[in-house]
Amino acid sequence: MSDAETENVGQQFGRLPATDADREVEDRASREAVLDFFDRRFGIEPAVFEDFTFWEKGKGKIWIFADDAPSPIRVEGLGMTVLRTRQEHWKPTQSAIQRFGGHATKNVIEIDGEAAAAFARGEDQDLDWDGDWGYLIAAHEVGGEREPIGVGLYVYGELRSTVPKGNQESLSPLSTD
Amino acid sequence: MNPLERYAPLVDDTEAFFAACERPLPSVVRVNTIKTDPERVRRALDDEGIEYEPVDWHDGLLRLSDGSPGTNWPYFHGWLHGQEEVSAVPALALDPQPGEKVWDSCAAPGSKTTQLSAMMDDRGTVVGNDNNLGRLSSLRHNAERLGVTNLVVTKQDGRNFSLKDFGFDEFDRAIVDAPCSCEGTIRKNPTTLEEWTLEHVHSVAAVQKGILSRAVQATKPGGTVVYSTCTFAPEENEAVVDHVLDTEDCEVVAFDCPLDSVSGVTEWEGDSYDSSVTDTHRIYPHLNDTGGFFCAKLEVGG
Repeated sequence: MSDAETENVGQQFGRLPATDADREVEDRASREAVLDFFDRRFGIEPAVFEDFTFWEKGKGKIWIFADDAPSPIRVEGLGMTVLRTRQEHWKPTQSAIQRFGGHATKNVIEIDGEAAAAFARGEDQDLDWDGDWGYLIAAHEVGGEREPIGVGLYVYGELRSTVPKGNQESLSPLSTD
Repeated sequence: MNPLERYAPLVDDTEAFFAACERPLPSVVRVNTIKTDPERVRRALDDEGIEYEPVDWHDGLLRLSDGSPGTNWPYFHGWLHGQEEVSAVPALALDPQPGEKVWDSCAAPGSKTTQLSAMMDDRGTVVGNDNNLGRLSSLRHNAERLGVTNLVVTKQDGRNFSLKDFGFDEFDRAIVDAPCSCEGTIRKNPTTLEEWTLEHVHSVAAVQKGILSRAVQATKPGGTVVYSTCTFAPEENEAVVDHVLDTEDCEVVAFDCPLDSVSGVTEWEGDSYDSSVTDTHRIYPHLNDTGGFFCAKLEVGG
C-alpha cells in the first residue's frame, strides 16, 4: 500500500481534500463541495458539519466520521454513509437525512397521515409541490416536532420514496389532529 | 440432563431460577439519544397508541407490552433499538466519555456498541470489531439506522487485534462482550441448550481468555476494561477473569450494578479463583426478570 493515493481503491477509505484545488485522487469530491451541496440544496449550514471528517470508499461513496484517522485507512466502515456523488445529481443517504435533515430549511416536503405511511413503505405517490424537482427531504410531525422520514425524488408530479428496502416498514398513519 | 442443573448449588432460590428460565423474555427497547430523548419517544409512542412501561433503573429503557419492537414510528426514525435490559449493563460499567478511543472487541450485532456511541455523544472513536462478515453487516446496518458517526468497523481476530492502521496505539477503554455458551439467553432462544457440551464451554473459554488478554494489553495504564458474557458457567466467567489477573497487568475493581445481582464465585468444581472476583456480578434471570448475565470491571496497570 502506497501512502500517495492517486486513485480510488475500493477496499480503503481516503479523506476528502479540503477544496477542489487540493485534489489528488481523480474525480474525488472535496469537503468544500460536500458542505456546499448540503447548504445550497437543503439550507443545512456548513457549521453543522464542522466537527466531522469526510471520506470516500469506492467511487463516489462518501462517508462522514466524527473523529479523524490516517488517510488512507483499510477498515470495513468509517462512520456513516452520507452522500453518493457518482451521478450528476448527488444523492444524500437515508441515514444522513435522518441524522442531519432536521437542520434543513429548504427542499423539505411535509407529508402526514397516509402519505407519510406510504413513503415509509417505499411507495411512490402523486403529490403537488411548487419547489424544485430533484431530491427532497420528506418530513412529518412526530412526538410534537417535525422529523425527517427520508429522501424522496420529486419528478413529474410524483414523489418517489427512496427508503432502502431493509428500512421500509408498514406503519399506522399518525393522526394529524 | 438440563445443563442448567449444574448451577443449582450457586443459586439462592432454585425454583424461581428454573421457573424464570422457562418464561419468555419481555420485549425491551433502548432510546437512542444520538437522535432523540426519552421524553419525545414516550410522547410519540403515546400518540401512536403503543403501550410501554418504563424500566425503573434507566429512563432510556422501555418494556413494550406486545408486538415487535420494529413496527412503530419511533423505531423507523432510529430513535429505538431492541436491546435486552440486562445487556445495557456492561456499557454503563465501562462509562465511556465523549472524545475517548474505545474498543469493542466482539461488537456485532451492535446493541452495546451503539449504546457506547450514544454515551459518548457520538464523539471520539468506537472501534467495533468482529470476525464474522455476516455479523458485521448487521452491525453496519444497525449503526446506520441509529445515525452513529463515531464507529470504525474492523474485521480481525480479537485475540491478536492490531492497531497499526490507526493514528493511536492504545485505547482509553475496552469492552469484551465475549462469544459464549449463551446459557443466559435461554428465555429468548429456548433451543440454546440443545447442543450444550462441556467441551464447548472449555473451548470457548480459551477464546475468551485470548480476547480479554488482548483487551488489557491494548488499553492504556489506568484505563478500564469490562468483560461480560450471557452465560452462567464459571469456566467462562470468573475463571477467565482469574486467568488475566495472573497473566496481565490488571486488577478487578468494584462497580455498582444497577440491577440486583450476586457476587462472582471463588470456587467451582475443585478450582478456586482470586478473591477479588467477588467484586464481579452474576445476574440470574429470576432476580430482575431478565436474561442471565455476568459482568466484571478491570483496571489496567492497577
